Amino acid sequence: MTMLVPRRPQVPDWPAYLADRAEKARDPRLARFFAAGTASPDTPIGEAPMVALDMETTGLDARRHAIVSIGVVPFTLGRIALSERRYWIVRPQRTLHAESVTFHHITHSDIERAPEFGEILDDLLETLAGRLVVVHYRHIERLFLDDSVKARLGEGLIFPVIDTMAVEARFHRQSWLARFKRWVGRPPASIRLYDSRGRYGLPLYQGHHALTDALATAELLQAQVAHHYQPEMPIGQLWT
Amino acid sequence: MDVELLEIRQHMGRFPPFETLSDALLDEVASRVEVSYFKAGEEILALDQELHELCYIRSGAVEVFRRGGELHNRLGEGDIFGQLSLLRHHRVRYPARAMEDTLIYFIPEDMFQRLCEDDDEFADFVELQRPRLESAVEQQRKNNDMIITRVRKLLTRYPVMVEASTTVQEAARQIGDFQASAVLVLDEPGDNPRYTFRDSEDRAWQVRGILTDSDFRTRVVAEGRSPDTPVGDVVVNKMIAVQSDESVHEAMLCMLRNNIHHLPVMHRRRPVGIVHLSDIIRYETQSSLYLVSNIFHQPNAEGLARLAPDVSAAFVRMVEEGADSRMVGSALSTIGRSFTRRLLELAEETLGPPPVPYCFMALGSMARNEQSIVTDQDNALVLSDDFDPEQHDAYFLEMARIVSDGLDACGYPYCKGDIMATNEQWRQPLATWKRYFSEWIEEPNPERLLHSSIFFDLDSVHGDNVMVEQLQDLVAEKAAQSPLFLAAMARNALNRTPPLGFFRTFVMEKDGKHNNSINLKRRGTAPLVDLIRVHALACGSRSQNSFDRLDDIDRTSLLAPGVSDRLRYSLELMSMSRIRHQVIDLEHEQPPDNNIEPENVSSQERHNLKEAFQALSHAQKFLKFRYPMPSSRSR
Repeated sequence: MTMLVPRRPQVPDWPAYLADRAEKARDPRLARFFAAGTASPDTPIGEAPMVALDMETTGLDARRHAIVSIGVVPFTLGRIALSERRYWIVRPQRTLHAESVTFHHITHSDIERAPEFGEILDDLLETLAGRLVVVHYRHIERLFLDDSVKARLGEGLIFPVIDTMAVEARFHRQSWLARFKRWVGRPPASIRLYDSRGRYGLPLYQGHHALTDALATAELLQAQVAHHYQPEMPIGQLWT
Repeated sequence: MDVELLEIRQHMGRFPPFETLSDALLDEVASRVEVSYFKAGEEILALDQELHELCYIRSGAVEVFRRGGELHNRLGEGDIFGQLSLLRHHRVRYPARAMEDTLIYFIPEDMFQRLCEDDDEFADFVELQRPRLESAVEQQRKNNDMIITRVRKLLTRYPVMVEASTTVQEAARQIGDFQASAVLVLDEPGDNPRYTFRDSEDRAWQVRGILTDSDFRTRVVAEGRSPDTPVGDVVVNKMIAVQSDESVHEAMLCMLRNNIHHLPVMHRRRPVGIVHLSDIIRYETQSSLYLVSNIFHQPNAEGLARLAPDVSAAFVRMVEEGADSRMVGSALSTIGRSFTRRLLELAEETLGPPPVPYCFMALGSMARNEQSIVTDQDNALVLSDDFDPEQHDAYFLEMARIVSDGLDACGYPYCKGDIMATNEQWRQPLATWKRYFSEWIEEPNPERLLHSSIFFDLDSVHGDNVMVEQLQDLVAEKAAQSPLFLAAMARNALNRTPPLGFFRTFVMEKDGKHNNSINLKRRGTAPLVDLIRVHALACGSRSQNSFDRLDDIDRTSLLAPGVSDRLRYSLELMSMSRIRHQVIDLEHEQPPDNNIEPENVSSQERHNLKEAFQALSHAQKFLKFRYPMPSSRSR
């Protein structure tokens, strides 16, 4: 199997990185978050506490656009606990474009009443602390979080994540079989969240709600592990 | 409402037992759900594992097994499992495995218990099967006024009553004064204590009978009687009455059976009113009554045949108005009997009076008062023992032909098995019938067992009904004493078995195979009726109707407590499903049949039918053990 899957890009030594940041962080909230650390890389995925994270943004550029909502659902490989879900609408400091308002099912009045990102950061960090974060397409969540935190606290927020899109890409984009198919002219399989879910028989959800998408991501990871790995798979093999 | 949980609550809200939950409860359930994914082939619940959650299938499919590994059920989207374990010992009794990639919502036990406490319908759905069937039947019944409303509600005033010595002129005047259409005739207390009562002055009276508007016309004026004739000389000495606490439906049936338009209503033995046909019609636009009186007014067979479309119209209306299967079955049987009776009257008009007494008997569903809209004719003639084939048979053959052809024209096709009075074998004197029945019971063989299952549901339609009563007595007495016959009938009753249930758009068989449709008569009602007949024969019941037979069985200890109730509910549910699907056929201008297609079955109905199939299946298993073949020595 390993022969068929190309070598993964270099992954940082996450426990060391987090320990280092815990020492250097000036903001006590960030220091607490980093100190909670992460499970060691050889922890089996079946035993790791995880949390699915999704956010809706006004656009794709972390420097120009803003976060409008964040949904998180703590879970394990065995269970996704909806009772522990959290969902925040946040008021962006940048103006909200009309077209994205309809897109997110969030209205102007929802946003006017919503707290600013800095006000929910405490809660968010507490929910994420000590859990391995799971996202679909890490670049959005990672960049926007890092950027938003940096803008407020002057220091960033980076942590290990499992990216279900990257997992999907391993089997549907980078595998030798996928490459062969591409070489013979077949269109590549879509690895967007809802297309990926379809491959595992997961139901269609109305997307674009941060909490629904977080739930959808958690379910997708359960399905990916059930189909491609074992619960014994070390998390260090999956995170980036 | 928590918008972020829409995805979950909208899905659950489409399926029973969640579909009837209040929004607040549904929100709460959705917010407590835990989700887990299972790959095809993966085990979801292991046998004897501890369980503290209810399982809901969000997507995919699940197979549930019995302890022995035998397939118990196959479930799809929106189905639940694990409830029995939650209600009992928290150990998995039926292990479950994902058949396809499956997403399960787990509902924690405390939430489940709250749902059971706060929502009766939810509790009924998940709790043990008997109350479930019961509640389904009750639900059907709730929609029906006719069954729960008592006939006294229709009474607006006391009846006009006159003494037997009153002259017809005086009685007619009183009817006019009170703007009534009938009087009750009272007499000194006599031979019938049932209708004896005391008036406000403590004087004892007996109700002799009723004299209606039309009686004045036919029995007084038409016969040229003097206005001074006492009513006592005119009134017919026969009282047909109902008790005031009987249902409107019961009163209606009584009028249908006796073909009368006025029905005295009694409180115990005292008359409290008279119900007229139009009172019931006004109350319930029930057209089967009109239909029956119409049948008796037809001058010939062609006229009768023209009424055939009215039968299905009356049937559809009855079902739409919420009739239960017993009401439909007995109304359709009454209509069928009325056609038969009218044809016999017409035959007698054509052929002259019968040379020897006879009784025309109905067999099968008509005899059981369980006729459906899809039915053929099963009938036979019992002749007096004075019957001499040389002299008399030509008459009765012609009579049988007139009836049989007439029924065919009225929408009751000829019996494919030739169980009709036109068949010489089934047009015999009483003594021959007794011999037939005795032989069938004493020396059963496959053909005789088949005959027994048709002929041992028998009832008189017209003529000298004592002869048919003698046959009913013979069956009731002999069959109960014949273990060999009962054992053979029991085996015969197991030839047709119910399916396991439904899976998606298919009917699922016990071996896991799928079918596109199911014949609900062949696979449901008929085997259940067969099974009830065996028990009824064993306990010497003289009833013909399956529900009445169950009442008789209840008075014995043949069945464990509660079993007969389950069978009663199962029969009602399966019969009603069949009836409803026939209405759907008629509404789509399709010829009605006994098939139901799973896509036309609501999810609630699926669950109910499945329970009914299981009840039948269990009862069939029991039947085998209850009536074993006697060992060769005791034969």
